[in-house]
Amino acid sequence: MTLALEKIVKAFKKDVVLDGVSLSVGRGETLVLFGPSGAGKTVLLRLIAGVIEPDAGTIMIKGRDMEGVEPEDRGIGMAFQNFALFPHMDATENIAAPLTARNMNKTAITETVGKIARMLKIDHVLHHKPKELSNGQKQRTALARALAGEPDILLLDDPLRNVDAKLRFEMRLELPRLLKDQNATVIYVTQDYKEAMALGDRIAVMNARGIEQTGTPEEIYLTPANIEIARLFGDPVINLLDVSPVQVEGGVFITLSGVPVNIDAGYSDMVGRDCIIGIRPEAIRFVEEGSAEAIPLTIEAETPLNEKTVTLGLTQNGREIMVSRPAGTPGPSQGTGYIVIDANHIHLFDRATGKRIVPVKTQAAGSQGVAP
Amino acid sequence: MNTISPFETVLRGIAITLVILFFMFPIFWIVLMSFQTNATILQVPPSIFFEPTLQNYRGLITGQLVTDTSSLEIRFMSNLFNSLFLSTASVAVGLMLGVPAAYAFARLKFRGSEDIAFTLLSFRFAPPLLVLLPLTIYFQQLGLANTYGGLIWVYQLIVLPLILWIVRGYFEDIPADIEYAYRIAGHRWWTTFRKIALPLAGPGIAAAALLAFIFAWNNFVFALVLASADKQPVTVGALAFITASGVQYGQIAAGIILSIAPTFALALYAQRYLVEGLSLGAVKG
Repeated sequence: MTLALEKIVKAFKKDVVLDGVSLSVGRGETLVLFGPSGAGKTVLLRLIAGVIEPDAGTIMIKGRDMEGVEPEDRGIGMAFQNFALFPHMDATENIAAPLTARNMNKTAITETVGKIARMLKIDHVLHHKPKELSNGQKQRTALARALAGEPDILLLDDPLRNVDAKLRFEMRLELPRLLKDQNATVIYVTQDYKEAMALGDRIAVMNARGIEQTGTPEEIYLTPANIEIARLFGDPVINLLDVSPVQVEGGVFITLSGVPVNIDAGYSDMVGRDCIIGIRPEAIRFVEEGSAEAIPLTIEAETPLNEKTVTLGLTQNGREIMVSRPAGTPGPSQGTGYIVIDANHIHLFDRATGKRIVPVKTQAAGSQGVAP
Repeated sequence: MNTISPFETVLRGIAITLVILFFMFPIFWIVLMSFQTNATILQVPPSIFFEPTLQNYRGLITGQLVTDTSSLEIRFMSNLFNSLFLSTASVAVGLMLGVPAAYAFARLKFRGSEDIAFTLLSFRFAPPLLVLLPLTIYFQQLGLANTYGGLIWVYQLIVLPLILWIVRGYFEDIPADIEYAYRIAGHRWWTTFRKIALPLAGPGIAAAALLAFIFAWNNFVFALVLASADKQPVTVGALAFITASGVQYGQIAAGIILSIAPTFALALYAQRYLVEGLSLGAVKG
């Protein structure tokens, strides 16, 4: 492990921000810390960087306990959310900061700065002061500064937050390659689930209680640990409906618009209990009227987005369901539509705790029952 | 911006002229007085037409105060040097002590930091005379009375709180992240202080130093009590113009002109930094 945090506790006055957070990141891995503001993501980065000290717990970098180790001795590069460029130095001097610290000679510094600047396409503004740079250039300068020292650990604190949408989109595509080239261990903080999914080898989902789930982007998306995480990932947001599963011969069912929907037989423990069902809008598709298991929906609104079309429908008892389909594929825009649900992409959550119910593996699991 | 009517422009011009006249007239009058003899100064009604003379300045520079009745030795030039030396040295000491202290108060939260900072500020509240009486006795016992060192030390009462509190605000205005970024890049604490904190607070430090210099220069009471003739600054030395044979208005005027000249020149030179410094908070980099 390049970086290991164990049971980190940090409080500011009486406000406990981190309460026993543990985390480990391997060499060359990109871990995304994802969560709403106030979850303590930035605090965690600052603890790793050493600019604040934890109240309890240990931080190990390459097997070495970091207690009492100054920020400059930790071998870290960091890009701040607010860029934190040195206003009285031009872009070159900013980027060169980690190099001057090592007493590198002038030519080597110029060469290294030039190389990084070309890579990040800021070589034409190297003699500009931060206030003469656009937000995008500032962001790249800050990133270049973090990369210049070729640190073992790179901490990126929501670096794309203050840049415009177009640049954010570009950087989301460029960054993974850039980070892979560095071969550094990266901790990337973001509040944007798309960024998290695009950049992370693994994602750690944080909220006020700490790290709720750690896993690959697929794991987080397909098997969210609780309702909150299910809701945070995905656009449009996952459909969440109150249900109470019933056991009928042939399997476990829930009812939507009066139509029974077969779900995994492994959920039989939850029969008769209060549950919430989560269905991704893209796990629902429209079918012709009269198809087997088709659930009627009253179409309320249709929103064409660029690459997909989102339809809002109401079930017979007035519950909202969103359906997402690729743009250009057929679907009803008004009146009544009929849907079927991909049973493999249904999640069941306990309504009381919000936790996802893991279906018990049975032999029947996966086999499709027939509606009675 | 609102457009301003010509009428308003004229009104403004008049108002500004009145204000300038009100504040500048005494100085203008002193300048005139400095080129007159006591006789022309005291004539009634006063006139701005007179035969200019340099005798006042000559007297000050040569150290021979020539009155109608007698000739008296004064040490105005050495007073001027004392003022310059005491103020400069006090500000230098104040900066050396105050700037690091201001940084500590701005950046480090330690037990009682606010109390200590406030105590230092409170030196400015106490009437100087209240402090002076016991201080005189201490200074005499310690052998500090009538020494430059002792005076510079006492001047810290004026200079240090001023520098500390102004500069602290400038340090607080520097986002901590900028310093963290430099540390994380691999620089030591001391290097970060020199390369990041000091340059960014530079205009503020210059402004504080200038203000402190002016306050030190204008100080009267500390030097009056604690210094004898050879260590006295101009503010105290000017008392010598009130002689047994009358008040030497012409020489007082010339003395004023000479003694405000250094601060005036310094203020003119540092004006750029002052304005920049005082408006730094509004336009963060």
